[in-house]
Formats: sequence, structure tokens, C-alpha cells
Amino acid sequence: MTQANRLSGGQIDRDTTLNFQFDGRSYTAHPGDTLASALLANNVRLIGRSFKYHRPRGLLTAGSEEPNGMVELRSGAHKEPNTRATTVEMFDGLTANSQNRWPSLRFDTLAVNDLFSNFLSAGFYYKTFMWPAAFWEKLYEPIIRRAAGLGSLSMQADPDEYDKGFRHCDLLIIGAGPAGLMAALTAGRAGADVILADEDFTLGGRLNSETFSVGEQSASDWATQAVAELSAMPNVRLMQRTTVIGAFDHGIYGAVERTGDHLPSLPAGKPRQILWRIYCQKALLCAGATERPIAFENNDRPGIMTASALRTYANRFAVTAAPRVAIFTNNDDGHRTASDLHAKGVKIAAVVDVREDAPLSYDYEVLKGAQVVNTKGRLGLSFVEVALPDGSTRTLDCGALGVSGGWNPSVHLTCHQRGRPVWDENLAAFVPGENLPVGMSVAGAANGVMSTHGALRSGAQAAATALNLATLPDLPEAEDAPLAQTPFWYVQGCKRAWVDQQNDVTVKDVKLSYQEGFRSVEHLKRYTTLGMATDQGKTSNITGLAIMAEVAGKSIPETGTTIFRPPYTPVPIGAFAGRMIGKEFHPTRLTPSHHWAKERGAVFVEAGNWLRAQWFPQADETHWRESVDREVRQTRASVGVCDCTTLGKIDVQGTDAAEFLNRVYANGFAKLAVGKTRYGLMLREDGMVMDDGTAARLAEDHFVVTTTTANAVSVYRHMEFVRQCLFPDMDVQLISTTDGWAQYAVAGPNSRKLLQKIVDPEFDISNEAFPFMACGKITVCGGLRARLFRISFSGELAFEIAVPARYGDALMRRLMAEGEEFDVTPYGTEALSVMRIEKGHPVGNELNGTTTALNLGMGKMVSRKKDSIGSVLSEREALTAPDILKLVGLKPITPEDKVTAGGHLMNVEGPIDAAHDQGYVTSVAYSPSLNSNIGLGLLKRGDERLGEKMRLVSPLTDLTVEVEIVSAHFVDPEGERLRA
Amino acid sequence: MHDLVAKTALGGSEPRVDTVGSVTCTEVPGVALASVAARRGKETQAQKALVKLIGAPAPEVQRFTGDQVLAFWSGPDQWMIEAPFDSHEDLADQAKAIFGQTASVTEQTDAWARFDLLGDGINAVLELLCQLDLRRFEPGYAARSSIHHIGCFALCRGTDHVSLYGPRSSAGSLHHAVTTAMISAH
Repeated sequence: MTQANRLSGGQIDRDTTLNFQFDGRSYTAHPGDTLASALLANNVRLIGRSFKYHRPRGLLTAGSEEPNGMVELRSGAHKEPNTRATTVEMFDGLTANSQNRWPSLRFDTLAVNDLFSNFLSAGFYYKTFMWPAAFWEKLYEPIIRRAAGLGSLSMQADPDEYDKGFRHCDLLIIGAGPAGLMAALTAGRAGADVILADEDFTLGGRLNSETFSVGEQSASDWATQAVAELSAMPNVRLMQRTTVIGAFDHGIYGAVERTGDHLPSLPAGKPRQILWRIYCQKALLCAGATERPIAFENNDRPGIMTASALRTYANRFAVTAAPRVAIFTNNDDGHRTASDLHAKGVKIAAVVDVREDAPLSYDYEVLKGAQVVNTKGRLGLSFVEVALPDGSTRTLDCGALGVSGGWNPSVHLTCHQRGRPVWDENLAAFVPGENLPVGMSVAGAANGVMSTHGALRSGAQAAATALNLATLPDLPEAEDAPLAQTPFWYVQGCKRAWVDQQNDVTVKDVKLSYQEGFRSVEHLKRYTTLGMATDQGKTSNITGLAIMAEVAGKSIPETGTTIFRPPYTPVPIGAFAGRMIGKEFHPTRLTPSHHWAKERGAVFVEAGNWLRAQWFPQADETHWRESVDREVRQTRASVGVCDCTTLGKIDVQGTDAAEFLNRVYANGFAKLAVGKTRYGLMLREDGMVMDDGTAARLAEDHFVVTTTTANAVSVYRHMEFVRQCLFPDMDVQLISTTDGWAQYAVAGPNSRKLLQKIVDPEFDISNEAFPFMACGKITVCGGLRARLFRISFSGELAFEIAVPARYGDALMRRLMAEGEEFDVTPYGTEALSVMRIEKGHPVGNELNGTTTALNLGMGKMVSRKKDSIGSVLSEREALTAPDILKLVGLKPITPEDKVTAGGHLMNVEGPIDAAHDQGYVTSVAYSPSLNSNIGLGLLKRGDERLGEKMRLVSPLTDLTVEVEIVSAHFVDPEGERLRA
Repeated sequence: MHDLVAKTALGGSEPRVDTVGSVTCTEVPGVALASVAARRGKETQAQKALVKLIGAPAPEVQRFTGDQVLAFWSGPDQWMIEAPFDSHEDLADQAKAIFGQTASVTEQTDAWARFDLLGDGINAVLELLCQLDLRRFEPGYAARSSIHHIGCFALCRGTDHVSLYGPRSSAGSLHHAVTTAMISAH
């Protein structure tokens, strides 16, 4: 298809032709086009259907403020709904589809909504779908959701990649129009580190859309030359295709760079977009201004757009929306569009100016004091009806109408820190207020300086002020026309005049909102949805506000504004996620034996960020229980090895190290002998148990504290808090060594025999020389430094041996090789858990933040001979009452009966309800040692109820199991094995 | 001499090397580390001992000093010291002998994995990884930073040479982050 609406000139590369598809039809375009300009060039005005009434809609603007011209871009999993055609840079093979229509764009059955518009006004669904209430969820809401809306999701994961990045500069300039370019030149020439960011793919802003000159050059040539000069400066970084989306604390700005959106496809590993965090000393907002439309009857037909957009399409993209164009304006800027289009050979039907004193033209007719009162055309504009000052009407034959109601400075980013814009009477627009984000200043049209020379001047001045520069560069000559805007918001007497085209909000809806009492602007927004969705009301907010002010009989500043929040334009969720997706959602920590375990076919489980071996299946094992039961039996019968590197290791040194631990732990540590380890219980300030672990005294002034895997970080943080804030006078130093040492539990009756094969002979680890709870520095395998602890989690004779992490893999392989004669087995966290439940050791399930030492049967560990954190509050009345929960063991009467963690304990007789609750189950396992399911639980007066039968219930899963209350120590309650 | 064979943090027998365009990422296992924290009231003596150990003035905030044995600032009166592994596997013991009771010394050799980025384009890689101000990356610069939620140290050894230290257990994730950024930035 030919590009029937293509004009001469423009910033497009006519030597190259690109092919693209819209709604399945093929068209051509040129590099430099946007999807919007290419569609217009091909005489496609109808682009989508409106949100609520499914009215035909086309383009309203040529920029990121676009409310209407939205498409589903690309296909398959790459499909992106609600993409503004005005910001899509054309590439060869682009595919786009219209959205929110069925079965087709030209014939949309849901356009029937438009006929019932009287029933569908603002707030209709709040009133209409009140009853019957049950219908809402099943009937009304699904229907409304289907009828209303924008694009549809692919329902597939986003296959594109996104990056996050960080950049720093002295001055961040947001927007590369005349003000931004001049500011960048000023700052760049002065040697400052500058980032100049602009959402467009061609820098220059409106300089690329205008025909006037800057200095001796055309505006766009001047912009090109300025960009060339800036590109050559090593201290200036130009970021085109980059939207600054938010102003955050301390001079931090968020910016989205579209690095791949203009490419047909991306090479593997390349990001589609990068979310930059820009740290700057100063920021200069040069975001320009947005032209505001005028509301009038049927002002939403395809072909009706802002006058400045028509000018952009003609001058920059060499496209006219139609061969015959009319203009409706309340200011001189509309005339500029007529003049530019006329010069390009486009027929001007007339310029309709509401002002009685509008300027006349020799080239086309100007209708002074006239207003557009209606438009016609089924799927696009055909005629415009104009009311003339004498009361007569006239019909203009045109395919496009440019509307100009004046300009609104783009103040959004000035408000991201709760700053409020102020009303400028002369401009009849909001300009940035006093309360800007720290370090930000504003220049150019964004600051209400509407002439080109004014923009250049204020850009240079603002950059100089921000950087304390003494001199300003020479400024080029440029137009400096004064601008006064007399507001003209909407044509009186209209029935359906659109204010917010994206949300189908009319002048009438705004008035209705007022009538029904939704009078604050925030209520207006929620009631009518004015200013919501992807465009956030960039072309509609002020008009809506003005109408509200008018009906309320107040001024606009009295009526107020809504809050602008980041992001300035829509951002894909993927850009916020960056690379932290899927398995990379968080960092993964691997143990020193991980690769060996993987070779052995271990099944892994996540424990925090760690991956731990859960069990090691053998070829003949088909169920995880077989593997786990075998690992337990083999360990208890002979010897097993488990990687326990993940337990937190905190090096505690200093002359006050022992006294420090005495305060941190509830039990005493001051008198722990060098070469000994002690189990310790750490309380929170409120007396609840925080964590348990061991502390090994390697020297008078040196301890190694171990924590649970889960609490490694929080315990370290707690200890640092205690050190720095509670006891700053103590001489104690802390540092984590968790990753530095590969630590393996070697457990079982043959553990000593196995270790004796690798521990160097000068170290005696017999029971006499190295008894239960001993610790020491040793060497292994012919001289490698190591640490040995005689501690047991399994209840067996057991050791933990640690070597520098780089040798962890080799040590594990050595233990397995040397252990062959003992039938050694590696065991995972599941067997570890079974054995600790059999032994009655509490872990996170029991240390759940609501339990005290007394609950856990360790009340006597809280020393009363010294002060320690939490010891006083652990004595609170409610925590020491006679019927508090106590840790017990549970055995089902029928061993095969399953006991479930989270189930509650009830008396054998009596009701099953919360009032009669006796306690709950915390941990369960199948014990291969007892050939029975077992559990640990917390039971009221549990220590006095051993032997009692109870019901374990889980009403949610309809479970009732009869259990016997037993000691929590199922295996070796006297502890003979671990002392062997 | 023991007979256990060391593995690198990534689990290999040899250091991993990845090159994308002009940037090379090399795993560097041949390094010994120890943390040093001055004992309370012994800050001056500890600093003097540090000077003796590294043969250079103690580093200021965000700096490292020294040559074969170097130290970088890790907190008030706290430093990490670094030396070649082959000659200083017992770095913590060597340091403790010099510091005596003036500081607490802890072996950190295998608590960290080191990756060196070399080449002209390293800044384009680094700006995708950490929030540090690359304008300050001159030889002798050292800083703590988070890389993909992993707490790391970055040491600038030359305009085209930066060392990244991350926790050894997270070496795989850190390596993935770095090489992904290398491909992205190339």
C-alpha cells in the first residue's frame, strides 16, 4: 500500500523502506517513523476502541502523553498490550494489533454500549449492580471486565531480559528540548559530569517539530549540531530512549532506557530495557509542556488531535493525518500549525478561533469568535460543525482537526516528593511550586517559559545556577513570542464532550461527580476514573479540574490537584525485576560438598538461600522414606556424615569475649574452660527464645559461636547490636566465618574410628583425651589445619570437623573413602531432622518466637546468678503460670497412624474446639529406630502428663489420631551414646 | 604436607576464566585473607602494627594500601588484609604474631571468592552490577557494595582492573551476575 498521506521533508530515511503489519494488513514505513506516524502516512486513522463505550478512536497526540492510540505490539509471549503507537519506533517486521474490540476494529459489537451511554455514566456500576449481591462476583463483574478494558496479556512469562544499572553525575538533565540541550551545553562546556536523558529516540524535543530557526539554522539542525557537540564531550552522557520515571530520595532518579524495543529481535543476553538508578548532585527538569485539547461534542473521532501533534507529524515525520485539515484553537499556537501545514501543501479548511481578535491569514480562512460544536464521520472525521458568532453554523469538510487549548507545563516530576504545583494566571496553567525535590530545578516550558529563546535562556541559566558557574554561554537567536493563555476548556451546551479519552470521561461525568458529592479532586478521580490508567491524565487532568472548579464556583487553585506519583510513563514489571527472576530471584548459597553431593544424586532442599542435600537416594530406592530411613539406621548403627557448613559461625574475640557471651546467652559462659564447648540458649529482650547453638572456647579471648542455619544472619545482627549499642565499653570483636570453613557432622558409634583415620596421630581424640563437648584446633590428612568439636545433634557419639572451605570437597571424599570399611553413609537434612526429633532437640519449629526456655524444658538454663538479655522478662507471670505449654513427645497408639505438625491436642473426652485446646504438634517424623511415627509438641503442663492419652486433631483435614504423651527424648534418654 | 586437593569457589580444579568482548572475568583462588579489628583502647597500636605488616600507611576510608600484603578499610579500626596464598596460607597466624593483643585477627581466606575483571570495558559491566560511583574508581579504591543482593567488596587495582570479593558460598550466583552483565554490556 502506498503512503498516501506522506508529505515532503521530515526526519525520515526515504531511501530505506520498512514493512510492518497492523491488524494483519501490511504497510510500509521508513526509518525515523513511529508506528503512529507510519499508520497516518498509510491513511490509517482508526487505531482502537475506547475503554467503556467502544467508540472508534485514533491518535490524539504524537508523544508519550497519548491516551488513545494504544496497540498490542509484537506477538506470542513477546506481546505487550497498551503500547502507545506514538512512542513505538518503527522497525522492519513490526506487528501490531488493535485492542479492546470484537470481532474486528471496524465492526465492534460492544459499540452497542455507546447507545446505552445514559445508563453507563460515571459510577454506574456502583449503583446498577447492587443487587442481588451474589450476582456480583459470578455474573456482573466478569461481564464488565470483558466489556471494559484495554489490551490483553499473553498469559505467558515475559521472555525478554531486563537489566538494572546505576549511574552517577553532577547534573542530570531530564528532557533534551531547547532548554535541556542548552543546559547540557552550558554544563558540559564547564566540565561537569552530565547525563542528558530524553524519552525520544531523536534528541531535540519540539525543535524537531518546528519550522522556525535557531540562530542561523533550522531548529532541528541546531538540535543536531548541539547533540553532535555534546556527543564529543567525554563528560556528557546522552541517554536517548530513556524516560526518567521518578524523583526519589536524596537526588536519586529512576530512568528506563529502552535499549531493545526498536530492534526486530534481541541477541541472547541483551536487555530489552534497563532500569537505571541515577545518583546526581543536581537535577534539572526540562520536560517541556503538553498541549491540552478542548472538549466539544464528539471531539473523539479519529482524525481529531492536538494541533501540535499535527505539526509534529507534518514537520518531523512528513505526514498529514488527512489531505484537508481544520484547526480549532484559543491561542496563536494553533495558527502556527495551520501555517506549517499550509506550507507543506495541506489544504486548510479553516482555522476556528474562539477569540474575537484572532489574527487573520492570507493563506487560509480564519473564523474568529467561532467554536466547533459537533463532528461527523463513522470511523473517522468527515465534517466539523462550526457555530459562528452571528449564530449561524457552518460545516467544514475535513479529515483531520487540530485542537489547541493551550499548554500545560510537565510538572510531574516536581511533585514526586509531595511538592504541589502553583497556578499561573497568565498561562492559565500549573507551574512548578517552591517545594521541589532536593537538588531539582526546572527550566523551559516545564517551568512555564513558553518561547524557544526563553527555553534556551532558562536552560543555560538553570544549569549555571545549579553548578555555580559565573558566566553563561552566548545564546542563539530564536523566536521569543510572549504567551498569554486565556482558558477555554470546553464548548458550552455539549452533551458528550470527552475530557479523558482513555477512560471515557465526559464533561457531563465531571459535573455528575460534583452533583453526587464527589467534590474533592481525589474523589473526582476515583468516581469518574479521570486521569487513571496508562496516560495518568496527561491530556485531561487540568481540563477535568477546570470543569470541577467551574461547577463548584471556585478557582482552580482552590479546587486543588491530584498527586503525581512515579512512574511518569508505564514501566514493564520485568524492568523492575531486572535479572532477579526464576532461579536467580535470590542468590543461592552452595555448601563445600555440593558438587560431590550432586554427583551422588542428592536431592536438594532450599534452606534460606542455601541448597542443602535432603537425602541421598540409592539406585534401588523408590521412595524418599526408604533413603531417609536407611540413612538414619546406618548412622545409628555405624557412622554417617552430614554437611553442616550452613550453621552460622561467628568468631567472637576480645578480652571481654566471655563476659559478652555471658550477657548474650541465658546460661553461663564466663567459666567455660578453654577447649570446651557449651550449648547455649539466647533470649530476646522479651524473654522468648531467640536461637540456640553452641559456643566453643578456643582460647581465653576467642570463642566460635554456632547458630542455627535459619538465624545465622539475625543472630549476628543481634550480637552486633548488643556489642555496639548495649555494651559499647566491652572489648569484643565479631566477624562471621560461616563461609570460610567446611564443617561436617560425623555421627554414629564408629565416628571416632573413622576420624582417627584422618586426624593426624599427634592429636588424641579418645574419649579420655577428647570427651563429650571438647573442642580444639587439630590437623588432618598430614597437616591441614582443622577444628574438631565433640558435639552431637543426633544423640550418637558424634563430632563436627571443620577445614578451610576449599578443602571441603576433598575432605568429604576422603571421609567416604576411609569410611567404606564402616559402611559409612552421607545423610541429608531429612535424616538429620528425624534423628533430632528422636533425640528431642528443639529447632525452628519449636523456637518459633512464642516459646520460652521454660516451655522447652530448659527453664533451669536461664541463670539467676547473672544478668543476661531476656532473663528478667522470661520470669513474667504469664510465662511462668502453672498451665503453660511444655515440650513433650507424642507416639500414636497405632504406630502407623500419621501424626501431623500443626495438629492440636485435645483431651480424650470433651469437645474439640479452641476453648478446650491443650496444645499443638510442632515436629513430626517416622522413626526408623522406633518403627513408629513420632512427634514433638507443646502441651499444657506437658511435663506432668507423661503416659496420658490424648487426641491429636486437625479439623481442617478431618484427622483424629489417638496419641500417648511421652518424653521428648525417644532415643537414649540418658545420653550414654553421645558420651561413649 | 597434607594431601587434600583444593577446589575453587566455583567448584573447579582450575580457576574459571570467561571473556566477553574486551572484558575478562577470572576466578582468583590464590589469595589469603584475614580480618583485623583493633581491640578496644588499642587502636593506635593496632594501626602501627598494620603499617608494619603491609609496609605502607594504614588505608583511609574506601581505600587500600600496601603491595604484596595489602589492607583495605572495612570499618572504623577494622581492615581486611590480603596476600598471595602460596606464600601466606597462614596469613592470619602471621598477622596475629605482629598484632599480638592489639587486635583480633580471624582467618577469612575461604570465606570469600574473588573474581577479577580486566579490560577496557569493565565500567560498562560494573554499572550493571553495583551502585558505586565509578568516577571514583582509581587505583587504591576499595568499597563495599551489594551485587545482585550479595554483599561484596570491590577493589580498583587499575583503570582496567577491578577485584570483586563475594561470599564463597554465593560464588556461583556472583559469577552468574558478572558474566550476565558482561554479555549484556558487550
